[in-house]
Amino acid sequence: MTWADTLLLLPELIAATGASILLIVPVLGGRARGHMAKWAMLALMAVTALAVIGSTYAVAGVQQTPTFRAMFAVDAFSVFFKLLFVVVIALVTLLSEDFLSEERYSTWEYYSLLAFALCGMMFMASGVSLITIYIGLELLALSSYILAGYYKNHEESTEAAMKYFILGTVSSAILLYGISLIYGVCGSMRLSTIAAALSTMLSNDALMFGIMLLAAGLCFKIAAVPFHVWTPDVYVGAPTPISAFLSTGSKAAAFAVFARVFYVAFPAFHLDWSNVLAAIAALSMIVGNLAAITQTNVKRMLAYSSISHAGYSLLGIIAMNEMGLRGILIYTMVYVFANLGIWATILMLRRHAYAGESVEDFRGLHKRAPFAAFSMVVFLLSLGGIPPTAGFIGKYFLFAAAVQAGFGWLAIVAVVMSAVSMFYYLRLVVAMYLEEGSGAETIYSPSLRFVTALSLTVTLVVGFIPELPIRQVIESSSHLVGRVVQR
Amino acid sequence: MDALTASIPLLVFVVVGTIAVASSILVVAMRNPVNSALFLLLTFLCVAVLFVMEGAEFVGAVQVLVYAGGIMVLFLFVVMLINVRALPDDRILSPYWTGGAVVGAAVFVLLVALVRPGVYHEQNDNPLALRSTTVNARHRVVQPDGTTVRKRYTRQQVVGNSEAIGMALYRDYLVPFEVASLFLLVAMVGAILIGKRELGIDDEDVDPQYIVDRVAEEKEMKEAMSA
Amino acid sequence: MIPEPLMRYLVWPTVKFLVAFVIVQVVVAAMTYIERRVLAFMQARLGPNRVGPWGLFQAIADPVKLMLKEDIVPANAEKVGYFLGPMLPLIPAFVVFCLIPFGPPPTFVVTHVNVGLLLILALTSTGVYGIILGGWASNNKFSLMGGLRSAAQMVSYEVPFGLSIVGVLMLTGSFDLVRIVRYQESHAWNVLPQLVGCFIFLVAMTAENNRAPFDLPEAESELVAGFHTEYSGMKFAFYFLAEYAAMLVNSCLMVSLFFGGWSLGGVIMGRQVGLTTVNLQHLGLLGGVIGATIFLVKVMLFMVAYIWFRGTFPRFRFDQFMDLGLKWMIPLSLVNIVVTGILILAGAGTRYPAMGEVVLTLFGIVVIAAVILFLMKGPKPKARPAGVAHARRVSEV
Repeated sequence: MTWADTLLLLPELIAATGASILLIVPVLGGRARGHMAKWAMLALMAVTALAVIGSTYAVAGVQQTPTFRAMFAVDAFSVFFKLLFVVVIALVTLLSEDFLSEERYSTWEYYSLLAFALCGMMFMASGVSLITIYIGLELLALSSYILAGYYKNHEESTEAAMKYFILGTVSSAILLYGISLIYGVCGSMRLSTIAAALSTMLSNDALMFGIMLLAAGLCFKIAAVPFHVWTPDVYVGAPTPISAFLSTGSKAAAFAVFARVFYVAFPAFHLDWSNVLAAIAALSMIVGNLAAITQTNVKRMLAYSSISHAGYSLLGIIAMNEMGLRGILIYTMVYVFANLGIWATILMLRRHAYAGESVEDFRGLHKRAPFAAFSMVVFLLSLGGIPPTAGFIGKYFLFAAAVQAGFGWLAIVAVVMSAVSMFYYLRLVVAMYLEEGSGAETIYSPSLRFVTALSLTVTLVVGFIPELPIRQVIESSSHLVGRVVQR
Repeated sequence: MDALTASIPLLVFVVVGTIAVASSILVVAMRNPVNSALFLLLTFLCVAVLFVMEGAEFVGAVQVLVYAGGIMVLFLFVVMLINVRALPDDRILSPYWTGGAVVGAAVFVLLVALVRPGVYHEQNDNPLALRSTTVNARHRVVQPDGTTVRKRYTRQQVVGNSEAIGMALYRDYLVPFEVASLFLLVAMVGAILIGKRELGIDDEDVDPQYIVDRVAEEKEMKEAMSA
Repeated sequence: MIPEPLMRYLVWPTVKFLVAFVIVQVVVAAMTYIERRVLAFMQARLGPNRVGPWGLFQAIADPVKLMLKEDIVPANAEKVGYFLGPMLPLIPAFVVFCLIPFGPPPTFVVTHVNVGLLLILALTSTGVYGIILGGWASNNKFSLMGGLRSAAQMVSYEVPFGLSIVGVLMLTGSFDLVRIVRYQESHAWNVLPQLVGCFIFLVAMTAENNRAPFDLPEAESELVAGFHTEYSGMKFAFYFLAEYAAMLVNSCLMVSLFFGGWSLGGVIMGRQVGLTTVNLQHLGLLGGVIGATIFLVKVMLFMVAYIWFRGTFPRFRFDQFMDLGLKWMIPLSLVNIVVTGILILAGAGTRYPAMGEVVLTLFGIVVIAAVILFLMKGPKPKARPAGVAHARRVSEV
């Protein structure tokens, strides 16, 4: 490797160095200036984003060339996800402002952990070797466990962190075991080498078992159904901004890994694993949506809804075609922004620490905060996949991909379940617009307003002028799809 | 004699392996956590011996140094500090142990059935595999016109076990290795964040009261002396 | 006739080990006498002078007394742990002597392991178990506190102990003590380029051995006698033996790593000058004995240094001691590694590869001078920053 290779690592290096600096500031006497932490963090995100964009120019000629002995690659796919992650972390930073100032928890460490999580996510997106991916995933997971338990004195938060930690560790172990089996059979952890090894063998039970364990570990991270039980408790117990992060950034990163690993390494065994994943996807959609109907707690409802969305996104992996991969990218983006907008609205409804918990809190919101109520409707419609919003574009890609790949039944399940999901999404709309009530008080800080506005813009822009994002997504995913077609 | 010499490694493997497995079972079977910790120590030592027998003496030594010398000491430290006593007889198994046992047995059977000899990628029989590494070297090539050029080439070179591991860690797996250091940093930060009591902005930590008193006393003494 | 492989793999190593074992026993016995005499000298006393000429037989009388003493087991002690406690530290302390080359190879090297140094570190690090176990099994709160302190101390100082050696490893490029010694013949004693490493090693080895001024696990003013409060007779003697054996091991490491091992001379302009390994090997067994004697003399100097420390420095408070290890020794050793690495790289590229080592020596002198100046300035009383809370809480338990 050379110095030029190190330049490709620049975004990660900046994120890691910045996180370490944030960690040191309180020691150097910055603890009293906690309000500065937000700006430092946003500046760090801006620099990281610039570095990510800069790295695309550095690799324009050598696109998708893996560096560092094929451990790490800067390609259009990773750049797409990295930018998404940076934006998500920046928005979560904005969401966290009120929470941190009200709860008087140490801010610098909080942001530092977020930055470390970002670093892990970027390694997940860029990893072209299972070991890099695994260690990046662990970095993200460990930061998330700590952040989930950041309400140290609240029982729910501690319980959430504990559940998340124990189940997360077990799932990581399963993932690692899968990786070790794959390594044993293929003799390498590089995705391209694995793909080459797979294409020469007819079938291999140990390898299949390894792939299944790997998929199980990843399904835990995206909260697909048999591995979803942690989701509602953690989303309710964790500090609300962290729930927002877990349901968006963390999941997006896991999907980046899911897509890259399965599209690059395992296409040769597609017939074998696609049916298992199809079952998981169907279960996720059914269980997630049906369970969400009965919830009165909005956070819990969002948790189940995020389980169902994991099911939709899985369609893109099962389909294993161009459209599917594009669908994953675009749907992840759409889902992330719609969800962040909803979490911002929940954070706005303040009633001590437990704001925006129940549907009642939303009653008559359109009178108190008309902009928030309107944008909330747009986000909910987007999650439901109703046409003028971005969600429709994403779901269109995913469902079409499933039909193309011969998984028509799965697409039918998905459509039916999308209809079911509208039931509980609309319940919030009804509460906001048709019911009267004082509900919780609203504190609509500029930060929250900004997050809502940005998410709203993205959701509407993608919905009304989809050409631009679609072109971007095609560009970002073409080199991975190219390999699929070569098969 | 040759047969005897040849069978010594097998004999050592059987003995050490048996001790390792038995003591690892005892780790979970012991009621007294201190005993569990000590059996875990024994397991680590046996595993280190197995590493050495496989020709990976560096890993073996590090296994003892890190696990036996560092981690287990901390384990024991914590166990003794919080003064855990032996578990009462009736609390040895959780009510869900049957489920766990079934799953464990199922996974075991599955693995025995799946991971057969020959499944794994090219069994590496080369005894020097653990001690060799690829080296990027340069050598001078004299051109026809008399000038010399340095050309890079790659070759397999036999080095020590530690060198091979160093090459793997700091060259082949450099990126994951460095990310692992970030991972450990986050683990440390998390442990401190969760473990420490909340410090308010104003009440910075200071010396214990008796020190403060003593310093004040000495100051008074000095002043009295000088006056 | 004994077959050749058996001779090579079993008989000779056993004989060598037994010789080493006996030497260790003799040295330990002698040390008890020397320690008391030297301490007495430093404190303007006489020390033991009744048993035999100059009190020399005190070294024999003490073990005999300990062997004849009643072996007391406290009623509520954890029996197995109480018995194992004194035995465990003896095993690594003696096994390690198989790995230390006392003289020029082949005669005075018991076993030749590729990663010898690492294995020595690994084995010595397990010596703490006996102390922890004994302290816990005694069922006495002072013993327990001693054991806990010992564990905290070992874990904290294990790190600078290991890191201080890394500089030497980088210079010599080997874990093999024989090669490290021979490297020093052809260059210079490592103490010069690795002055900082040597300093850290000196502090860390004192701490690892629970010796004054770092003998907090047995601080009599706080913990009666620490982890061995409840031990008497031969069990106490075992602890004693293990401590001195461990001191001996660390002194041997010090001499091998930093002070040229068994050699007294060097390779100057390609010629063997003085008592180098090659010259000693020419003399055969006699050369071996000479080398081993040189080694032993150097080692004894460091053993006396231990006593000197004990006679000179007051004991640390526990949190100060932890601060020293975690906040000063570890960062300093890391700096040492980085500087060493940079200078080795810088020197390797030039026509004067020794340049790096010369600059390293200067660096070491500057750092040590800075430390001495800092210490001479004396402490200034101030409120300590946050983060020390943990260490102090341990000391207050």
